[in-house]
Amino acid sequence: MSTSFILRRLGYGLLLMLGVVVLNFLLIRLAPGDPAVVIAGEMGGATEEMLESIREEYGLNKPVLVQLWIYVSGVAQGNLGESFFFNQPVSKLIAQRIGPTILLVISAQLLSILIGVFLGVIAARKPNGLMSGFVTVFATIGYAVPVFWTGIMLIILFASALPIFPVEGMQSVKLRDAPFFTQAVDVAHHLVLPAFTLAIIYLAQYARLSRASMLEVLGSDYIRTARAKGASERSVLFRHALRNAALPILTVAGLQFGNLISGALLVETVFNWPGMGRLAFESILRRDYPTIMGVLFFASAMVVVANLLTDISYRWADPRLRGRS
Amino acid sequence: MRHMTRLLGAAVLSATALTSAPVHAEGGTLVIASSQVPRHLNGAVQSGIATAVPSTQIFASPLRYDENWEPQPYLAESWQVSDDGMSVTLNLVQDATFHDGEPVTSEDVAFSIMTTKENHPFKSMFAPVESIETPDAHTAVIKLSQPHPALLLALSPALAPVLPKHVFGDGQDPKSHPANSDPVGSGPFMLEEFTAGEAIVLKKNPDFFIDGRPKLDEIIVRIIKDPSALLIAMENGEADMYPFMAGSQEIRRLEGADHLEITNEGYAAVGPLNWLAFNTANEKLSDVRVRRAIAYALDREFITNALHRGVSQPQRGPIIESSPFFTMPDETYDTDLDKANALMEEAGYGDGMELTIDFIPGPKEQQQSVAEYLKSQLKKIGIALTVRAAPDFPTWAGRVGGHDFELTMDIVFNWGDPVIGVHRTYLSDNIRKGVIWSNTQQYSNARVDELLAQAAVETDMDKRKALYAEFQQIIAQDLPLYTINALPYHTAYDKKLVNPPKGIWGTMHPMDRVEWSE
Repeated sequence: MSTSFILRRLGYGLLLMLGVVVLNFLLIRLAPGDPAVVIAGEMGGATEEMLESIREEYGLNKPVLVQLWIYVSGVAQGNLGESFFFNQPVSKLIAQRIGPTILLVISAQLLSILIGVFLGVIAARKPNGLMSGFVTVFATIGYAVPVFWTGIMLIILFASALPIFPVEGMQSVKLRDAPFFTQAVDVAHHLVLPAFTLAIIYLAQYARLSRASMLEVLGSDYIRTARAKGASERSVLFRHALRNAALPILTVAGLQFGNLISGALLVETVFNWPGMGRLAFESILRRDYPTIMGVLFFASAMVVVANLLTDISYRWADPRLRGRS
Repeated sequence: MRHMTRLLGAAVLSATALTSAPVHAEGGTLVIASSQVPRHLNGAVQSGIATAVPSTQIFASPLRYDENWEPQPYLAESWQVSDDGMSVTLNLVQDATFHDGEPVTSEDVAFSIMTTKENHPFKSMFAPVESIETPDAHTAVIKLSQPHPALLLALSPALAPVLPKHVFGDGQDPKSHPANSDPVGSGPFMLEEFTAGEAIVLKKNPDFFIDGRPKLDEIIVRIIKDPSALLIAMENGEADMYPFMAGSQEIRRLEGADHLEITNEGYAAVGPLNWLAFNTANEKLSDVRVRRAIAYALDREFITNALHRGVSQPQRGPIIESSPFFTMPDETYDTDLDKANALMEEAGYGDGMELTIDFIPGPKEQQQSVAEYLKSQLKKIGIALTVRAAPDFPTWAGRVGGHDFELTMDIVFNWGDPVIGVHRTYLSDNIRKGVIWSNTQQYSNARVDELLAQAAVETDMDKRKALYAEFQQIIAQDLPLYTINALPYHTAYDKKLVNPPKGIWGTMHPMDRVEWSE
């Protein structure tokens, strides 16, 4: 894998992000509602002078293109601006929340790939068997059910009726001063429901995809050869077939990353998870432009990085691609 | 003599043991659950309950109030209002310090009041303050341009936090000062951690100027936006107190939790009202007969008993009924459909009319459900009402502030003294397009302006009440808005809490006496 390949990919990614920044900026300005009125409303009302001074302070009285230029040049220098609402640097707000979001998204991604692929492989063994039917039905339901509904149902079942998991948040406030290990267990405990909620929809897709992909691969000559030379069923399935069936799964995993981040917005809102998704959702309601744009910027950066990693892992999984640029 | 002292001591000890049945636990943590997100923690430049709850723990103020609306010493151990009402002298306690160890002086008090005057949205609180003299480090003399009876209430913790001049006086704009999110005060608790939109962690101030307080070691405000998650957190004991709870389902549900106590005390000074406002500049609604007809078509009792399931109280006037300034008007518009229809006929709308109602985005049962109810009631008097929901606060505020509405429902607070929270809605010089919670009804009555101006400077309590009584009668007649109910704010708290905040300011008051029983 050449360095130039990675650099070129990074270059595309940067261009893409510039496009994202400009597009986001213009789209957000199209939304009705004046941030100055929101800030004044939060303050409990204001005079015209106060509204004017708020607009002045945040540069809202300048032409949109001038505002865009100020923003883009700020971003280029690593300055995402100040939140209209919290009067704090957007980078600080995001720094407080990016960890929880990454934790949630990565956990959900791993959970959905591991369980999904496992179910798919099992289902592919007997394409007309009971397990296969179960995977197909489960996949259809998992894909069709809205993620916020799953979240609420899981809360009702496992946090309210049978209170074995916490209902919201990432940490018990009363354990703030506890030793690290206790806190880690506490976070893991809080993570179960949101991660599973987010994983379910993708888990179903991975199960279907790996089932289909495995079925195709299992029909190939080399699988017959592997069986003929007496390889165990487990070795045939997981060593010979899965590695070859993994390519489409990897592709989808990369593409899904963006969806996972947008799914995280809903899951974070349902579970009061202190991540970027919830910050974005609430910032939209507050017309907190810099914060929304900051979150979108980071989310798109995460997707670009995820796609880059997918490309790299794709080449790792399929030696045929390594020679191509 | 020594023997006598011992005997006395033993007697006192045994008496204490007999009378103080609950044994109090040392320290402990109080977790307050809140759905409100504060922008920052400085109540000098920001109104609203979200900021006021933590701000009143971090910052002390010149005075505090007891449950009978009586001022009590706080940073000012005593105070005198001059005979002509033109100045108020505050004598500060000697040993108060800020959380960074610097002493609290009259300079800080003067700086804070002037900063609040210039930057707080409630201009009427300190508008008559001309200057503040500081003859010595512990005396501040507030000089007024006119008598200002609302001043003492405005010196409450929720409205007049004393800021350290050495922190906030560095020339930066106080509204966006970095210390607003990392404040230093002289109140019972100090900020340990503020994660915007998530949590506020406050630690006991060991050098608080009132000996033996605060009782708690820590207060944590946890922001939980989802109401059902918040309720489960209360039920499971993950949170210990939930103030400003307004949904009837929430209230009824938490009433079922054995370990919780529910109270509607603690909201007298906030004075939260739900009302139906009329755009009196609108052609159809400029006719008072139409406004009265609408009022006669409605039934407050139905709203409070059926829609709010009995948790809210009817409100029959612009001043909250629990305020000492409230007077029941002669006309309260008890439901009378015949009268309503006759008024519509008289106004020339016998064939009916079309109107649109907006409502502030908020709890459905206080807003949308009431709007739907109004629609069905007004149909009975020939008004076809269109309910126009706003997707979010900015959209609604844009319509109402921009005077682009016919009817709107709103949530508005009295904020203690009528000068602070009531006058703004009715004064004709406060008709300001683009400004929400100004006189958006565009109501104008010279006599009302005159009465409010007189009440603002009248220092004799009885005369002041009389002025407000006349004002309330006129508003009932002119009806620029129809008050529906007092918001059903309730506080749920763990039964093991001693001295829960039930004063006139509720949780917007220092919680230095709150403690856990064992």
